[in-house]
Amino acid sequence: MAAKKNNSTPEIVELTCIQCPIGCQLKVTVDGSDVSVTGNTCPRGEIYGKQEVTSPVRTVTSTVPVDNGIIARAPVRTAAPIPKQSIMDVMEAVHSLKLTAPVTLGEVLISNVAGTGSDLIATRDIPAAS
Amino acid sequence: MSANNLPIEKHELVIVGGGPAGLAAAASARESGVRDILIIERDSQPGGILNQCIHNGFGLHTFGEELTGPEYAARYIRRVQEENIPCRLGTIVTDISRDRRITCISREGVSLIDAGAVILAMGCRERPRGALSIPGYRPAGIYTAGTAQRLMNIEGKKIGKEVVILGSGDIGLIMARRMTLEGAHVSAVAELMSYSGGLKRNIVQCLQDYGIPLLLSHTVTNIHGRDHIEGVTIQEVDEHRSPIPGTEKYYPCDTLLLSCGLLPENELSRAAGITMNRVTGGPDVDESLSTDIPGVFACGNVLHVHDLVDYVSEEAARAGRSAARFLSSGQDLEKDTAAVVLKAEGGVRYTVPQYIHPSGMDDKLTVRFRVDNNYRDRYVSVYFGSERISRQKKRVLAPGEMEQVVLTKEKLLSYPDTKEITIKLED
Amino acid sequence: MNKKKSIMDAVIIGAGVTGCSIARSLSRYDLDILVLEKEEDVCSGTSKANSAIIHAGFDAETGTLKAKLNVKGAKMLPRLSRELDFPYKQNGSMVLCFRREDEPGLKALYERGIANGVEGLTLMSGDEARKLEPALSKEVTMAMLASTAGIVCPFQMTAAFAENAAANGARFRFLTEVIRIEKADHSLYKVTFRDASGNEEEVDTRTVVNAAGLYSDVCHNMVSEDKLEVIPRRGEYLILDKTAGSLVSHTIFQLPSALGKGVLVTPTVHGNLLIGPNAEDVGSAEETNITAKGLAEIRSTALLSVPSVPYGQTITGFAGLRAHTKRGDFILGEPADAKGFFDAAGVESPGLSASPALGDYLARRIVNYLRKSGLSKAVHKDRKEIVTRRRGFIHAGELPADKRDALIRKDPDFGVIICRCENISAGEIKDAIRRTPGAVSMDGIKRRVRQGMGRCQAGFCTPAAMAILARELGIPEEEVCKNRPGSELLMKEE
Repeated sequence: MAAKKNNSTPEIVELTCIQCPIGCQLKVTVDGSDVSVTGNTCPRGEIYGKQEVTSPVRTVTSTVPVDNGIIARAPVRTAAPIPKQSIMDVMEAVHSLKLTAPVTLGEVLISNVAGTGSDLIATRDIPAAS
Repeated sequence: MSANNLPIEKHELVIVGGGPAGLAAAASARESGVRDILIIERDSQPGGILNQCIHNGFGLHTFGEELTGPEYAARYIRRVQEENIPCRLGTIVTDISRDRRITCISREGVSLIDAGAVILAMGCRERPRGALSIPGYRPAGIYTAGTAQRLMNIEGKKIGKEVVILGSGDIGLIMARRMTLEGAHVSAVAELMSYSGGLKRNIVQCLQDYGIPLLLSHTVTNIHGRDHIEGVTIQEVDEHRSPIPGTEKYYPCDTLLLSCGLLPENELSRAAGITMNRVTGGPDVDESLSTDIPGVFACGNVLHVHDLVDYVSEEAARAGRSAARFLSSGQDLEKDTAAVVLKAEGGVRYTVPQYIHPSGMDDKLTVRFRVDNNYRDRYVSVYFGSERISRQKKRVLAPGEMEQVVLTKEKLLSYPDTKEITIKLED
Repeated sequence: MNKKKSIMDAVIIGAGVTGCSIARSLSRYDLDILVLEKEEDVCSGTSKANSAIIHAGFDAETGTLKAKLNVKGAKMLPRLSRELDFPYKQNGSMVLCFRREDEPGLKALYERGIANGVEGLTLMSGDEARKLEPALSKEVTMAMLASTAGIVCPFQMTAAFAENAAANGARFRFLTEVIRIEKADHSLYKVTFRDASGNEEEVDTRTVVNAAGLYSDVCHNMVSEDKLEVIPRRGEYLILDKTAGSLVSHTIFQLPSALGKGVLVTPTVHGNLLIGPNAEDVGSAEETNITAKGLAEIRSTALLSVPSVPYGQTITGFAGLRAHTKRGDFILGEPADAKGFFDAAGVESPGLSASPALGDYLARRIVNYLRKSGLSKAVHKDRKEIVTRRRGFIHAGELPADKRDALIRKDPDFGVIICRCENISAGEIKDAIRRTPGAVSMDGIKRRVRQGMGRCQAGFCTPAAMAILARELGIPEEEVCKNRPGSELLMKEE
């Protein structure tokens, strides 16, 4: 294993685990492809720490304007969590969106939003204003 | 006809509030066989506060998946619609009498309804600035976090671009992220206490993700700007929550959001003469979630403020079942046995329910409670009288996280002389 | 009538309770009256932030204008509140004394009250006082009851005066700040003001009435060499929830003593509990901020009277400024070097109580001046022509169910509750906006019909009330202000 390590010094990232209310302070050490977690008190913390450091993901939620609906905004979200670094790209796509009622819960508004591989979907039915 | 010549409707069960609690209570009451149910909702749509909570994180316990507020609400709205339970929208209840006569008003006029049973599900409201008595001016640009959330998410309004948030309640944290994503700059979240009442997950994903500082043991001690807010002074506080001289720092802002706690909205309950609990701000209830007015039940945030909607739904389902049982029996049959009083001690702030009729219990009863501070490695102990019945070790306890113990009917019945059950924290 | 249309008989500067009362009294005469107000609405300065009480009249020194007009004003209130339909209640006041050595002071106050012509004064022991007000401190040794004192809604009282003046022909212009007052010729003043869009406008007038409150020195000094200085004296207050409103039924004062002037504890006419004020001279007429020190002071001082004030039920704090001058008494009438210019300056406490009498007092002098100088006949209108009654703001929540039902059937907006704390509907908000002069800001609605005045302090109802105001005024919601321009609630879309 030691042979795989490169020569740069390992990077240490400190995180608060959010898997349960305890909120363990995790120290995630990234040494090339080697990622190790300390400070966790359960296996879930280890998984969370590794994911947060290597490929953190978030669900993005927002609202977009709707014309002719019973309310003025439609809530939206990414169908699945997307890479954290793409949040602002997704928001940019969200900001360019304008809908016309009716809108259906689950309706795909943008597929593969900002190239994240996830769709942007509506999260509420907005019937047209009569 | 009533004394004042208005017609009187009759319904078996009237549910006051069509938010998560009211909807879940309705669905469960129908499941338990109540045919004639009416939900009264003041807004133009059912779903309550969930409609403006567009963020994800709802429903992990109930549905095993992460939903947004509107999606979570939609599941219950659909159930209620499928069951053809009427929901009278744009209608507000203005009075509930001891004999369960409900007065409500809408664009159609005043209506009077005699209800066989009533479930209170009015939810809660935010603590306003005035109650905090923050020194300074009273300019425009100060909102409770929930009002700001409604303006942004439902009405589609823009509020400001340089934001300070006082209080680290969950809505404030959520709004910090929300405003950031909409292009505003949130310069700080100040929290009077030495810990946040918000969920860990929100602190990480709403503040840390965006580099928003959380200033613990800090508060806003002055509001600047006579017409529109121009800035705030934030100061560190000592262990008595008094501002420490010399720590003043000025934060320019055009928006101050307040996220300083939620208060159950019990004007109706109080006016009806229901006995209220000073700690929860909600009614005192028994194992069936019955208040001390027979046939009037309470659930959700009107009973005590929850942090997870899943628990609201669960509690509301219990209220629905209890109302059904009350309606079918015509009275509270169990109430012939003396009530056992639940006492909160040693770090436990309150319990819900506050008293139990053992004979009326289901096999298991979940008692929820909150603690008054952050604790590590404490036991949650249950005493029947002076005898400790159980204790459970908890790695961590926090005021922001609702806790629970489960009591069994079998055990309680095996201690027939029990008059008091005490729940407390022990080393 | 050969007067030129553009010449006013009276320009009143300031639409506080004083200016509006003068306008109302003057509007009984056949005169052209214009009220200029620098804020967006009536009742936007001292009148909006005070103790909201009608003093019996024993405080001011015998023979002063303060004493005379207070006693007279207090006597006018019961009838006036019925005719103009604004909330007023004669709840009586009590002055408390906590030490034997202060009792002579209380007796002296009693004697002064008698000399001032105050009726219904009674001295009583501490025990007798506690019998009337069980929440009073055990330390109270003696008290004076003044049964003619009352509580009032200062917002609705001012709005009532303004509406009644307008109904009788007085005109109001808001967001108009007077910047110059000059003698146009021997008989006319030229008043220059900046209007709402920032342009300068001029108006010629036969008389000017200076009811500019905290700015009455500025206006006075524009015309007179006998300079005046108003010292803004701040008073801070706390309002408690209606659940605390019945803690006391009388307005409870403390006898001013070596320990300080004392603060009051009183129910408000709307059923809240009001605590305050302290007194602190501040540098500017805009310093209406509350302070930690001030609130701490009133909190602890109030506890001397009523030890059980439940501060946990505080719903808001506010500060008001009194237009204090070193001259002590109200300054009413013409400066020696400015005939036709009428001061209503230095109107601090008991200005609210005195206002109805003050309006009549000054109106009579103005009318006399106009007549004597031959500028106007200032004919008193035919009594039948004068609008004497005003319909108060509708409060549907106080109607019996069938009446409320009928009202909603006539206008369904009365069935749309906007403010749930105070039970205020869209119909009431509309009513507040559609008055003349009507509400044009969120604060204007709040002061008239109490939307947002309750325990949630507009947390729930702001969005809906804002939408109604925008719709009624025909402006986008982004232009809706809390009060004056600059206090927009929302950001403009970029």
